[in-house]
Amino acid sequence: MEIPYTVAERPDTGLNNGKIGIWLFLASEVMLFGALFASYLMMRIGAADGTWPRGDSILNVPLATVNTVVLISSSVTMVMAWASLKRNDFRKFRLFQGLTVLAGFGFLTIKYIEYSAKFHHHLLPSTNTFLAIYFTLTGLHGLHVIGGMAINGYLWGPGSKLWKTDPEHFTNRVENSGLFWHFVDLVWIFLFPILYLL
Amino acid sequence: MSIIEPKPAPAHHEAPHEHAEHQHLGFWRQYVFSTDHKVIGIQYAVTGLLFLFFGFCLVMLMRWQLAFPGRALPLIGKLFGEARMPGGSMLPEFYNELGAMHGTIMVFLGVVPLAVGGFGNFVLPLQIGAPDMAFPRINMASYWSYFLGGVTMLASFFVPGGAAQSGWTSYAPLSIIAGQGQTMWLFGMIFLITSSLLGSINFIVTTVQLRAPGLTFFRLPFFVWAQLVTSFLLLLAFPPLEAAGIMQLMDRLAGSSFFMPSGLVVSGQAAAYTGGGNPLLWQHLFWFLAHPEVYVLILPAFGIVAEVIANNTRKPLWGYKLMVYALWFLGFMSFVVWAHHMFFTGMGTTMAAFFQTTTMIISIPSVVLLSSLLISLWGGSIRFTTPMLFALAFLPMFGIGGLTGLPLGLSAADIPLHDTYYVIGHFHYVVAPGTLFALFAGIYYWFPKATGRRMSERLGKLHFWPSLIFINGIFMPMFIQGLAGVSRRLYDGGASYDFAKEVIHWNVFMSVSAWCLALAQIPFIINFFRSIKHGEKVGDNPWEATTLEWAAPSPPPHGNFATAPEAYRGPYDYSVPGHPTDFTPQFLAAQQAT
Repeated sequence: MEIPYTVAERPDTGLNNGKIGIWLFLASEVMLFGALFASYLMMRIGAADGTWPRGDSILNVPLATVNTVVLISSSVTMVMAWASLKRNDFRKFRLFQGLTVLAGFGFLTIKYIEYSAKFHHHLLPSTNTFLAIYFTLTGLHGLHVIGGMAINGYLWGPGSKLWKTDPEHFTNRVENSGLFWHFVDLVWIFLFPILYLL
Repeated sequence: MSIIEPKPAPAHHEAPHEHAEHQHLGFWRQYVFSTDHKVIGIQYAVTGLLFLFFGFCLVMLMRWQLAFPGRALPLIGKLFGEARMPGGSMLPEFYNELGAMHGTIMVFLGVVPLAVGGFGNFVLPLQIGAPDMAFPRINMASYWSYFLGGVTMLASFFVPGGAAQSGWTSYAPLSIIAGQGQTMWLFGMIFLITSSLLGSINFIVTTVQLRAPGLTFFRLPFFVWAQLVTSFLLLLAFPPLEAAGIMQLMDRLAGSSFFMPSGLVVSGQAAAYTGGGNPLLWQHLFWFLAHPEVYVLILPAFGIVAEVIANNTRKPLWGYKLMVYALWFLGFMSFVVWAHHMFFTGMGTTMAAFFQTTTMIISIPSVVLLSSLLISLWGGSIRFTTPMLFALAFLPMFGIGGLTGLPLGLSAADIPLHDTYYVIGHFHYVVAPGTLFALFAGIYYWFPKATGRRMSERLGKLHFWPSLIFINGIFMPMFIQGLAGVSRRLYDGGASYDFAKEVIHWNVFMSVSAWCLALAQIPFIINFFRSIKHGEKVGDNPWEATTLEWAAPSPPPHGNFATAPEAYRGPYDYSVPGHPTDFTPQFLAAQQAT
């Protein structure tokens, strides 16, 4: 017996297996980042008066702004990639999916510049708890960016063979990896104001 | 009526094809890196049982030290080396290692993998009539991630300074300044959290999507409901511990101060941390996982007991729907009670009032579940099979565990009882004679499905009665010691404390009970291995049960069912008036039923 509803939707739930799976995974990711945000709050509230620095006094706001734009754009190209598949245009998919992965590279490069500037000035996780939570949150987010790029890169390259044999399945995969990518984007939308601006 | 007799014909039709496929897969893919939920379930169960045994061995060593503090352990004492047991008598550091790893192994590597990974994987897809889990490869990844976590935990005994020594709760700041074993513990936990994340997603998707035609949600066996709620708890409660684990790793490896307060002094010297962190943050994040984790330990047990009780009383479960609602309410409430573990931290009366209120509320659905099972016995023609004996013992044992928990949920009563042996007695009653007995019931109950053979009833009873007696011999005196104020953290079991004098003699009694409990497991081990090859051969439905797993051949082939099953009625149609037998299986079509 084949496993049912890997591609087609189950009539009474209206969903396929992968779609529920990715949403559940994102729910657990919300709890992971939620716990770190809660820790940030607890530490900031608990800090002695005047010891918690404003983000923009230490961090590079212009670079982070550029990164925000890069990441939001990559979410747009991600949607375009999926929409191209829906319109049966595989070449456009390759283009937009490639741009999404490239934007991920761009984000990480800028992040690398930011990190090395901090290390250069001996601003480390051990310097204070603000930097500790900054490195933890952005580091974990960076790992998610790398993970998302790996999946998107796979679907751009070797994984795209599935398009020829089972286009609907492949389109679903791109949709699900897109959901993950939008989540990674969304986390950054929270990280940026909390760490850099407030 | 053909369904209760062994049905070799369709299974054999499939056989040549199956064999071809298995040969094609080869030994490694079929038995080791298998994606078949039944193989993975058995892998989980066997690994879990081995870890349970190992964790039990650790505590048996501790019990020697508690009963005879400082005395050399005869025969095997010297095997542990001069660094741990010089001359055969235990050093405090080794005692701490044993304590921390006993808790970690029993909870994260023993009970949960057996209850969720083992029973969930093996039984759940069969009970919903599915060919496999929704994501078989993710299922395999889940097992191997668990395996790696287990190996990491075991390896931590061999790093300099030994395994983690800061308790299974790894409270900061002690855990931050501890030796390398703690880092291994954290990496091991990250593997285990990944494993449970992959597993829980799989369980939920499988339950929602792969139910057989006709198997609506309120026709699901209670076991499936229990696994479903458990999976949600694992999915949502574990990530905060992962976050906390990452922060503890940062503290240990990158020198940050998430959990390190300002002005901390270690061994008379200022700690080399900038400070500004909050040790209580760790406790909050840890218990945000670990209280739902308590229900992860107990809900699958409820699921198993419900199946066994319905089957052996030959009547429907009392209040099935009520039990399902109670289960969901319990799962939801388990996220808002965590700080009742922290009344002692001085968190203030407002917080304490909130958490003791939620704790009292959560006891209501627990009582609903237990009472429903108890009422289910009323008027049944009970079969006292081995699984039923374990399931019956579960009820009062869990009852003792649950009721002794109430004083701990009220902050005024908790403060004198906090960290005493009373607490140890309380949660061991829930998990050891509670959950573990349910797990034994499950092993005896589903063994025929996994192997096609039944375990020996005589050896089963020889396993049950001594286990019941000795396990109470271990944990009942803990309440006496705890009420006298004996702390759980004493390396000498209270020998050097005046107030413990009256109750300290119980230590020998408890230790002897523990060792006897180990002996009482010998019939089980013999029974388990003997029955695989030499047990009494049985058909597909030896217990005359109603749920879908009994429609599959025993053992079920790859893909589980000879023909896709369908559900025609609720899960527990026992003793339906007018039906020729006292059970009407879910998979029996309506025209056949009359």
